[in-house]
Amino acid sequence: MQRAMVIVGASLGGFDAISALLSRLPASFPWPVVIVQHRSAEDTADTLQVMLQRLCALPVREVEDKDPIVAGHVYVAPPDYHLLIDRGAFALSTEARVSHARPSIDVLFDSAAATLGSSVVAVVLTGANADGALGVVRVKSEGGLVLVQDPATAESPAMPLAAIATAAADEVLPLEAIGDYLSRLAASRM
Amino acid sequence: MSTELEVLEIELLTEGIFRHYGVDFRHYAYASLRRRIWNCVRAEKLSTVTQLLDRVLHDTGSMERLLLQLSVNVTSMFRDPGFYRAFREKVVPMLRSHPFIRIWHAGCSTGEEVYSMAILLEEEGLYERSRIYATDMNEAVLAQARKGIFSMDMMTEYTRNYALSGAKAQLSDYYLARYDFALFRQSLRRNVVFAHHNLVTDGSFNEFNVILCRNVMIYFDRELQSSVHRLFYASLRRFGILALGRKESLRGTDHEGDYLELDPVERIYRRMA
Ligand SMILES: C[S@@+](CC[C@H](N)C(=O)[O-])C[C@H]1O[C@@H](n2cnc3c(N)ncnc32)[C@H](O)[C@@H]1O
Repeated sequence: MQRAMVIVGASLGGFDAISALLSRLPASFPWPVVIVQHRSAEDTADTLQVMLQRLCALPVREVEDKDPIVAGHVYVAPPDYHLLIDRGAFALSTEARVSHARPSIDVLFDSAAATLGSSVVAVVLTGANADGALGVVRVKSEGGLVLVQDPATAESPAMPLAAIATAAADEVLPLEAIGDYLSRLAASRM
Repeated sequence: MSTELEVLEIELLTEGIFRHYGVDFRHYAYASLRRRIWNCVRAEKLSTVTQLLDRVLHDTGSMERLLLQLSVNVTSMFRDPGFYRAFREKVVPMLRSHPFIRIWHAGCSTGEEVYSMAILLEEEGLYERSRIYATDMNEAVLAQARKGIFSMDMMTEYTRNYALSGAKAQLSDYYLARYDFALFRQSLRRNVVFAHHNLVTDGSFNEFNVILCRNVMIYFDRELQSSVHRLFYASLRRFGILALGRKESLRGTDHEGDYLELDPVERIYRRMA
């Protein structure tokens, strides 16, 4: 099986969108799924992890420094840290916000592209800013695959629109279709 | 992708900096180090990491800029208010029985955390018998820390953090507002020593009751983390307190079994063995 990784960026409206995506992934989903959802630095009570776990068949974890990246696990970035992909493990950073965001979607996407190249599948979901647009260009330039939520199905279309405007998107998919698309993709690459 | 060539260039850069300046980034976490190195390459208007090596070896000004970039100095007062609340509730009662309290803030950056701790200790009536050693590898941030002057823009956020931290007064009781700056009271500094110390290359220099090292070791690789934990263990008294960042732990280090977790969320540990 090819070693791949799904990386997901979401902002305003992201919780529902991520829920819709994760609830469609089977317990047998073979790749790690790494999520940056913009949220307040004060949202420290593990709420996102707990709520996502309720509707996801895969184990969901809020990342800690140097956690190994395990296939079939879902990881969410902790509030107020940038999340980066290192060789086989996560790295955290408290560097300055990037485009007002920490965690930043661009930072995650860039590090994933640098570490895993063409094995990256990037997904941009709903959001009211342009985070992720630089990231998808980077993912694309390393030969990765870029999926973007159809802005018409997004609670906040700005972020998908910004990603589409870079011309890096391979597929623009309605929200309900993204989970199934990933499952089929994983099955076909097994 | 991060090609073999890029890995080689980064290795040569950190090796060159170490051999010429004695500053050791060779065991920093690769993903974040790489990102910051490229930020420097761009800021210096260069196009390769090797060009950056050439420049820093021949131009000490660019080395100073690189040092600032690579050392990530972002910090704030009462960052993670829950940590300070837990410290008041769980650590302060233990410290009360000590006639003298030695605290080490490792990687103190521009000092916001140190002033926060000084305020907490003052409010708990412990400051008089405390001595805080606040260290960093970066002289530029230490110079700022000694001044105790922070931007007024930050005070709204710090005031909110402070209020959530178990505050016993108003943050504004501790500083004077002057134009765009908040000047913190000199007296908060009377028992603080700001000093240069590099966790990679310098050894133990005292025995402490409390060591705080928050959001510093996330920039280190596992091997370096282990060696710094050996340094902390050697510098901490038995039953002393070790405080890490909220997303750090002792997992995988030689000393995991020697500490008890006092607060699993705020990552406050007590040395037992
Ligand atoms: C992100 S700041 C953390 C500041 C503060 N502890 C906090 O949590 O807000 C990291 C600090 O660690 C310092 N640092 C990095 N490597 C170090 C080393 N090898 N020895 C000492 N300090 C180091 C940096 O200079 C920087 O000031």
